[in-house]
Amino acid sequence: MAYNWNWSIFLSDTPAGDATYLGWLFTGLQWTVTLSLSAWLIALSVGSLFGVLRTVPNRGLALLGTTYVEIFRNVPLLVQLFIWYFVLPELLPRELGDAFKQLNPLLQQFLAAMVCLGLFTGARVSEQVRSGINSLPRGQKNAALALGLTLPQAYRYVMLPMAFRIIIPPLTSEFLNIFKNSAVATTIGLIELSRQAQQLVDYTAQPYEAFIAVTVMYLLINVTVMFLMRRVEVNARVPGYIGGSR
Amino acid sequence: MISIRQVSKWYGSFQVLTECTTEIQKGEVIVVCGPSGSGKSTLIKCVNGLEPFQAGEIMLDGTSVGDAKTNLSKLRARVGMVFQHFELFPHMRIIDNLTLAQIRVLGRASEEARDKGLKLLERVGLKAHAEKFPGELSGGQQQRVAIARALCMDPIAMLFDEPTSALDPEMINEVLDVMVELASEGMTMMCVTHEMGFARKVAHRVIFMDQGRIVEDAAKDDFFGKPRSERAQLFLSKILQH
Amino acid sequence: MSELYEFDWSSIPGALPLLGKGLLITFEVTLTAIVVGIVWGTLLAIARISASKPLGFAAATYVNLFRSVPLVMVILWFYLIVPQVLKSIFGEGIADIRLASALCAFALFEAAYYSEIIRAGIQSVPRGQVSAAYALGLTHAQTMRLVILPQAFRNMLPLLLTQAIILFQDTSLVYVIGLSDFFGTAYKVGDRDGRLVELLLFAGLIYFIFCFSASQIVRRLQRRYAQ
Repeated sequence: MAYNWNWSIFLSDTPAGDATYLGWLFTGLQWTVTLSLSAWLIALSVGSLFGVLRTVPNRGLALLGTTYVEIFRNVPLLVQLFIWYFVLPELLPRELGDAFKQLNPLLQQFLAAMVCLGLFTGARVSEQVRSGINSLPRGQKNAALALGLTLPQAYRYVMLPMAFRIIIPPLTSEFLNIFKNSAVATTIGLIELSRQAQQLVDYTAQPYEAFIAVTVMYLLINVTVMFLMRRVEVNARVPGYIGGSR
Repeated sequence: MISIRQVSKWYGSFQVLTECTTEIQKGEVIVVCGPSGSGKSTLIKCVNGLEPFQAGEIMLDGTSVGDAKTNLSKLRARVGMVFQHFELFPHMRIIDNLTLAQIRVLGRASEEARDKGLKLLERVGLKAHAEKFPGELSGGQQQRVAIARALCMDPIAMLFDEPTSALDPEMINEVLDVMVELASEGMTMMCVTHEMGFARKVAHRVIFMDQGRIVEDAAKDDFFGKPRSERAQLFLSKILQH
Repeated sequence: MSELYEFDWSSIPGALPLLGKGLLITFEVTLTAIVVGIVWGTLLAIARISASKPLGFAAATYVNLFRSVPLVMVILWFYLIVPQVLKSIFGEGIADIRLASALCAFALFEAAYYSEIIRAGIQSVPRGQVSAAYALGLTHAQTMRLVILPQAFRNMLPLLLTQAIILFQDTSLVYVIGLSDFFGTAYKVGDRDGRLVELLLFAGLIYFIFCFSASQIVRRLQRRYAQ
């Protein structure tokens, strides 16, 4: 049974008549990128905070950090997403839950996916931040304290700048992961790239074209992110250390 | 200037320091030596509170280091410290290593801090390297920068924790020369080191430690002439064999 | 005054046999992907570091392609392709097309991730080992199999297990093709009985117990290695 390739399908109008199928794909791309970037902001800030907490000499704070990481790392992303989207609005006090449910459905999906992806990735980022800080020679902290810097100052000016440089490679792969993981939002109906691929299959009966186009878009995202992160890495290099030969 | 009274310290149930007592006057140069694991590095880190201690008292220019009310950051800013592994901050240029604490701790203007930094770099003979990163310098150069970084804070005393033991032999002297010059200018110094030549040349007193105790605390000539304890004799004979 | 949600866990006990069946599917997918993934991943890793340029390029392309695409897309891709391939080989009447395509998708997808871990493991073995093996007269294949891989696998065991935990969690994504694994079953039961909240929390708890215990084992292993 031969398959009838028809690439011009992307230029024809959708049944809704408001856009071409290509337009649908770009809408999907926009949602994927918006979702991933906003979740990444959450992941970076939450991850840095908890990563630092886990290295300070205070048992309570360290335990708090560990609990966060263990919970978010040991439950599947899909289950977490469903809990944010289906369960949490039920468990909130009635008025709050109702307020959430009365939002625009797209906004509901986006908020749930953003918080979910952000905190899920944040747990991984915090592991990286922690190991980055722990990989610094102990003497660095002592040297900073010996100069009279306070502990927060030592983190701010000495340890974190170096730790973040060390963990750029693993952070890059977490950044790539957040784009890939954003595809899970398709399960609650957010019209990001993967969902648009499935919609195109339903509407056009040209599954291969749709899947190939979306796969290529993910590849492009990947290449772009890697390119940007390499620029970051080059700019952040430190002579004599990580990648700093010259 | 620095007075250490009955200081004891434990790691869990293991005692690393036992009732250490000594006194360092203004302008005095003290060399602390002893076999590895004798607690000398721990003791010097107690002086500026990098290591907490559980018993005894250390007074630094009239301020108690162990007192919970003491602002340790402020206190440390007044005492310079040089580490075995230099511990320059690898992501900052040399000049920024020198100005960081001047600006952030002492609140100096960046121009002023920079001038001060360059002056001290010149003093250790490294002004030309101001814009380089630590990783681009040799070990000896890095250690001289580290000394300059400490001096930038106008310290009332300097602590040296094995400043030459991570260096290749040919670089040791360039660092010792800086230290000798510093001593001859009257800086109060406490140096953990095995460099007995340095001790003979500039030390006023030598402290010998073993198993967490100060075993010998004597004027330089007495120590090198006729150390009283057997352990110190044994240690000296091992070190001076070469 | 706001009312709080009233939990009702009563639909779980009756659904346990069904959930157990789903859990079996989850384990079936996980184990298949681990076994096939490690074998195929090892071959890919060896191809990538081999002297043959075309072989290395082909392996790199495979690995990078799979690692750039979301797992959800890979599962959908295989659900599109596998049924047609199966149909052309066996004709109509394959029993469980969803399961077959999920097994293929996970096995081939995981191989890309495993191959990267294995490659790093191989490269962590000192070069002198290869020279020594060659000097003894071993062939390249023997050197790999007898000298390098045993050391490499020992070094990377914790990473391989960690990847297996991630894989175990990721199998829940077969939800997108409607396969009733543990999570899919939990969702369906919750939907049927109108107790989605309880079933989703229950599913999360079960995953957590499995993954947390497994990750503690990995940690103990790492500590033993560190000594």
